[in-house]
Amino acid sequence: MSDDSTTIGKSVPLIHSLDKVTGRAKFTDDLQLSSPLIVKIFRSVHPSANIKAIDIQKVEELAGVRAVLLGRDIPNTFGVLPISKDEPALAIDRVRYVGEGVVAIACESEEIATKALSLIKVDYEITTPCFSPEKALLATDTPIHPELKKGSNLHKQVLQNFGDIDRGFSEADEVVEEKFDFPSINHAFTEPHATQVAIDTRGEITVYSATQVPHYLHRAISDVLEIPMHKIRVVKPHLGGGFGGKSDPFPHEIIAAKLAMITGRNTKIVFSREEVFFCHHGRHPSKISMKIGVSREKGITALDGNMLIDGGAYGSFGVVTTYYNGVLLQGPIKVPNYRFECNRVYTNKPMCGAMRGHGGVNPRYASEVLIDMACDRLKIDPCEFRLNNFLQPNSLTTNEFRITSMGIEQNLKQAMTRSDWSNKYRKLPFGKGIGVACGFFISGSALPIHWNQMPQSTVRLTIDYDGGVSLYSGASDIGQGSDTMLAQVAAEVLGLPIDMIKVISADTRTCPIDYGSYSSRVTFMAGNASKNAAIRMRKILVHAACQLLEISEPNYQTPTKSDDFYRQGDQKPDFESSYLGANPDYRDGFKFRGELITAPNGKSVPYMDVVRKALDFTGALQTKGVYISPKMGGNFKGSGAGLSPAYSTTVFITEVTIEPQTGFIKVDKVTCAHDCGKALNPLSVEGQLEGSIHMGLGQALMEEVIHHKGAVQNPSFLDYKIPSPFEMPEVDLIYPDSDESEGPFGGKEVGEGALAPFIPSIANAIYDAVGVRVNNLPITPDKILTAIKEGGPRC
Amino acid sequence: MTSSKAIINIDVNDTIYERAIEPTLTLLDFLRIELGLSGTKKGCDNGECGCCTIHLDGRPVLACLILAAEAQGSKVVTIEGVANGEQLHSLQSAMVEEGAIQCGFCTPAMVMNGVALLKNNSRPNQEEIKECISGTICRCTGYTKIEKAITSASKEMLK
Repeated sequence: MSDDSTTIGKSVPLIHSLDKVTGRAKFTDDLQLSSPLIVKIFRSVHPSANIKAIDIQKVEELAGVRAVLLGRDIPNTFGVLPISKDEPALAIDRVRYVGEGVVAIACESEEIATKALSLIKVDYEITTPCFSPEKALLATDTPIHPELKKGSNLHKQVLQNFGDIDRGFSEADEVVEEKFDFPSINHAFTEPHATQVAIDTRGEITVYSATQVPHYLHRAISDVLEIPMHKIRVVKPHLGGGFGGKSDPFPHEIIAAKLAMITGRNTKIVFSREEVFFCHHGRHPSKISMKIGVSREKGITALDGNMLIDGGAYGSFGVVTTYYNGVLLQGPIKVPNYRFECNRVYTNKPMCGAMRGHGGVNPRYASEVLIDMACDRLKIDPCEFRLNNFLQPNSLTTNEFRITSMGIEQNLKQAMTRSDWSNKYRKLPFGKGIGVACGFFISGSALPIHWNQMPQSTVRLTIDYDGGVSLYSGASDIGQGSDTMLAQVAAEVLGLPIDMIKVISADTRTCPIDYGSYSSRVTFMAGNASKNAAIRMRKILVHAACQLLEISEPNYQTPTKSDDFYRQGDQKPDFESSYLGANPDYRDGFKFRGELITAPNGKSVPYMDVVRKALDFTGALQTKGVYISPKMGGNFKGSGAGLSPAYSTTVFITEVTIEPQTGFIKVDKVTCAHDCGKALNPLSVEGQLEGSIHMGLGQALMEEVIHHKGAVQNPSFLDYKIPSPFEMPEVDLIYPDSDESEGPFGGKEVGEGALAPFIPSIANAIYDAVGVRVNNLPITPDKILTAIKEGGPRC
Repeated sequence: MTSSKAIINIDVNDTIYERAIEPTLTLLDFLRIELGLSGTKKGCDNGECGCCTIHLDGRPVLACLILAAEAQGSKVVTIEGVANGEQLHSLQSAMVEEGAIQCGFCTPAMVMNGVALLKNNSRPNQEEIKECISGTICRCTGYTKIEKAITSASKEMLK
């Protein structure tokens, strides 16, 4: 990056802010299609039952009902992962959770649709449900998916074993082992799921939907409804929060599309808040047993984990979650000997899927609490212990993740200073405590969900006579600010003010494919694609400027391996050459400064003159940029899970006050240091960290989706409490600029990684305050009080 | 439906609307559907999320918990009526500048909360600011930058 950076590294308000703060921004429910039919879904009240008969006669007779849809009308099943397409759009023959759709209707009005739902009669044969994940591990004659798994409700099992686990434990000075229990967590985004479908005279559809993954939705509708992709257009309007909860294709999206095609009418469906909780896709409840060996000299000598995760009725992202429960524990502390077994089971509950920090959150609690326990027993300062044992830059983890940048050591030192750690740890009065925990997360998955060689992200740029830059990207801005990031990157390369970059995104008709917003991939991957496209555009403009100034072309340095950046290689990590090839500078000697472009010889030419010169004989200027992860990873089954081109790390030092008489917990202050590489937009980085702290606080202290006989008991914001402004602690954020050489202008992940380690930092601070540990979340006052009464310190 | 319609007159953002409506229509649906003012959001339709906060005769209220017919003769201000033409309210500018907006679904309600507070309290303290926004859920920001925006808007307005 040049010293005279225009937007990178500067706090840039998100480009949609103005529309959002004036109420002009249109979310899916806000779009006004012409006379849409209102779609509603009749949902099962049983967790497990065979459908014997569905009586829709009275519904069909009701005036204003235009179509009634049953499961058998959409026989193809789907799922975000090609390896677990186990979900029907509407239940076929059997229901598997309370809230599963059985019948869908399209009606002329909301009132008629509500009336129609009351006329549907379904005759069920109740079957034995399975709610307990432990029971789901046992053999059964009545599995939830008999067509997929005979005699079993085990959906996915992952076993990995590296090094010599027994030798590792034998080398430990202290071995700690605990069991942990984590409840179900909902994303609790404020915008309920919504989809509207417009159909044209040729029967082609445009699906407007609140989705993080327009491309996957595009594929799913095409596959399930058996219509070619070119007859379907998916558009994401402004989106009111996702956090992973809108990262699967959903039944209602397919249903709304099908009903539009049957009726030839536009359709609209918006969920009630209750339906959002019923459909869920939230964080897997899990039970974790973990054992860690710690040596004073060698750090962690062994880690052995056993995770049982409750997937609910369908697959969703569950296979990935199963891997992430284990593999993401490979950092930020080196773990030489390592084993885990994770089992994901089907149960008769709403399905679980991806949620911020996907799969890595609950095991992080276990490992960071265990490290704290071991340090306590060995009388080692847990910060000092960590400082001595972090992964080093440009190294491999035990399971062969390629570590590039790694700024955690300096971040922890800074956090210790800023929080005054050494004067507080084990020195505060009873009831006051301080705790530390660290985390590690991916910047996108290096392997695509669908096995292919297509770039993970493509960005297209055009400039025409007006000089404005149009930037086309399939990336889905879900409020995290990815459109702003894309514009910043292109503006930086072209030296233009950010408002000259017009972002057109998340529209499958006009935008090149991007896999979507999940796994913290967008800044790294789409950002690199944007940079790549902008560099190519810059070359076109430099060429035209040279013609105008009658000077020779600059002598570009070509990357060593290939002139197509980020091409997938076939070699093991080669840091030297991947650095050279991955992040080539655009140093051409020119200065692009808004209205003026200046050549190396000091002569300037107006930007608009250059653009118009470049248009001669070619018309609109167009470039595209791509990102593909370099080849990496070990040679073993499952080696691709958790592979990422770069990893973020986070440090939390958290201070709490516990009122010993009531167990009341107040998180007073949080010092959070996150290594996101170069902070491309500090305002946005802070927003992501503060948001992660809010969400982590909720999971730590109050949030839990409660089920009774499979039915969600608290499907509302009154009963599912998330933190209010009063619970938020004072926050001190540290994100020193570091450089991730393969990231766009040095950037990497910031949206998810910080959530996980915050939770155990609270737990470790509670131990420092009152000497008790709570291993089943949420940590509520009654649990603290009980633990104190039962005799305090357990380790 | 068999119910007879009610005729109502409501002043919304300084325009008086006369409409024949279903007596069961909420003020939220009246604004969003009848008037097409979609800046006021529906996050739960049940008085829990606070995303539909508007001003009814100067007070911040939840539009989903009020029937349109109850607002007969009242003066309503929605997010669309906060800016003076292209001139943003100081709080709107502060929300943009401070990064208080992520997904933006709660943003209109947060603005309505803050504008109401600042009208009656030109120097709100931290507790008063938290209190004023605590009826609206934000899942993106952790509230910190929203609080900051209200503080900086209050300072700007005192200038």
